[in-house]
Amino acid sequence: MTDQAYNFAYLDEDTKRMIRRAILKGVAVPGYQVPFASREMPMPYGWGTGGVQVTAACLTPDDVLKVIDQGADDTTNAVSIRKFFVATAGVAVTEATADATIIQTRHRIPEAALTAGQILVYQVPIPEPLRFLEPRETETRKMHELEEYGLMHVKLYEDIAKHGQIATSYAYPVRVEGRYVMDPSPIPKFDNPKLSGNAALQLFGAGREQRIYAVPPFTHVVSLDFDDHPFSPSKANHACDLCASHTSYLDEVITDDQGGRMFVCSDTDYCATRRAAGHVGALGTPQAAGKAAE
Amino acid sequence: MYVAVKGGERAIDAAHAWLAEERRGDLGIAALSVAQIRAQLTLAVNRVMAEGSLYDPDLAALAIKQARGDLIEAVFLIRAYRTTLPRFGASIPVDTARMAVIRRVSATFKDLPGGQILGPTFDYTHRLLDFALMAEGEAPLAQDEAGQNDTPPAHIPHVMEFLNRDDLIETEIPSDATPPDLTREPMELPTTRALRLQALARGDEGFVLSMAYSTQRGYGRTHAFVGELRIGMVAVQMNIPELGFAIDIGEVEVTECETVNQFKGSKTVPPQFTRGYGLIFGQSERKAISMSLCDRALRWRELGEDNIGAPAQDEEFVLMHADNVQATGFLEHIKLPHYVDFQSELELIRRLRTEAFAAREAAE
Repeated sequence: MTDQAYNFAYLDEDTKRMIRRAILKGVAVPGYQVPFASREMPMPYGWGTGGVQVTAACLTPDDVLKVIDQGADDTTNAVSIRKFFVATAGVAVTEATADATIIQTRHRIPEAALTAGQILVYQVPIPEPLRFLEPRETETRKMHELEEYGLMHVKLYEDIAKHGQIATSYAYPVRVEGRYVMDPSPIPKFDNPKLSGNAALQLFGAGREQRIYAVPPFTHVVSLDFDDHPFSPSKANHACDLCASHTSYLDEVITDDQGGRMFVCSDTDYCATRRAAGHVGALGTPQAAGKAAE
Repeated sequence: MYVAVKGGERAIDAAHAWLAEERRGDLGIAALSVAQIRAQLTLAVNRVMAEGSLYDPDLAALAIKQARGDLIEAVFLIRAYRTTLPRFGASIPVDTARMAVIRRVSATFKDLPGGQILGPTFDYTHRLLDFALMAEGEAPLAQDEAGQNDTPPAHIPHVMEFLNRDDLIETEIPSDATPPDLTREPMELPTTRALRLQALARGDEGFVLSMAYSTQRGYGRTHAFVGELRIGMVAVQMNIPELGFAIDIGEVEVTECETVNQFKGSKTVPPQFTRGYGLIFGQSERKAISMSLCDRALRWRELGEDNIGAPAQDEEFVLMHADNVQATGFLEHIKLPHYVDFQSELELIRRLRTEAFAAREAAE
């Protein structure tokens, strides 16, 4: 049911147009952070206001929306954002990655390959990859302008000198089409390879910081590294205990106070699909029994 | 046995229900009405209007009630409502010389045309708890001697105009340029004074206060005197194109502060007093004075002063951190799940430790 007090998908049409212009500019200049007049949303800054505005500007009544947080459809903030769009836009929602036309995500890229026509909207806390090296926006904008990324390489080099490897495990910086260094939002670096050559349109919204940027379909995205220290995505050296997947990103769940733990897919839809197809992990139960336990 | 996290939706609904119950509190005590909050917690209402950037005492009172008295939460509710309102035009600048003042003091002149009016101030009260209020035995209030005064407010000149006659204080150059609006355009640095004033006016009272205080303690000292502080109602006028002239569309209560700041001159500017300016919705002296001190400190470049590296001189630092709705949202978002990121950190730290132990063993 749509709340008639507000426009479709909450934002007024002028605001949506302003956001769409920023998105188009972002698509035209991949990886470039486009300033936009971020609105105050009815959820707090830092909770996905940028992603929500981008999603609102992209939604049409025919869209099917999926919202995930940490890979899961059922985390509280994902539920809250999904409810928001159901209330204000009345669009259909789904948990199935393949069925969604727009997927709003926080901190993950779905395991299943995305397809042409899909839009993946990322919630971004700090869009500036250079921010923790240089706190001033006036400086970092200049650095991007001049393609002056030496500071970032020095930081990565210092990591190697100190730890023998690059000690960044999420929000791992990438370079887009050989030009802009971009923060992929705090996804684990395991997800970084999926940024490149993806068939879907990837949009990034940072509400508090008032920035939108984009990676258009089939854009070349490279994780920063050195020839002698190539980038390597990492995950727990385990298989999912529920669906036995060896290739998905895993969450570690503490099961008792004796050090007991299990590893499960962070992408709940991926895991559920596999279990429905009959895959059973070390601690899993065949699907029918599993349903009853829920 | 862990199966998969389910129940986020039910948990949220239950939390909301519990919150509603806690907000209402003890059912044996009469519910607080919005009218009571508006009439009796006026300064809280004022703060919510000022930082919410929306002049509507009823909605501000409602927000305070809904937010259980958490003023930043109330500001947030007002902001989220404000953002949905169309901006159909701009008023002409309010004429604060035509203010119906309830309070007007100058710290720089003992007496001045228009007089000093103390008005409803806490300034000279002794901060002793009034237990009579707790016993709900309000002392009878004196009848208003003058009664309601319906005559339009007289022109009460600003103190700054007297100083300006002798060229002792810098002249503000009027401008008809449309002021920027940071709620409609992304903030770009460096900004202009008009935009800084907007950001300070809606900035967090505590933050702006602390910044101003830091200048008094030597971090970018500006030697400020309160040239004038005035509080009262001003008419809001708008040009109506169909009519061809401006009409009153309402009135708002504002606090205006103008500071006189010592200035020894610089390479570019002769010795002269300079100004800091603060204008806040409602009665909010602390905020208005703080705002004018911050405004003055941020003007170092324009006046050719040295940047001594004080936080209050740093436009980017002040403007990027003054907004409490932004700050509280981002601060509190760290309680949202971060287990994907944390997991990747766990793996990294385990790997680094394994390598560190292996290296130590090899050395031994």
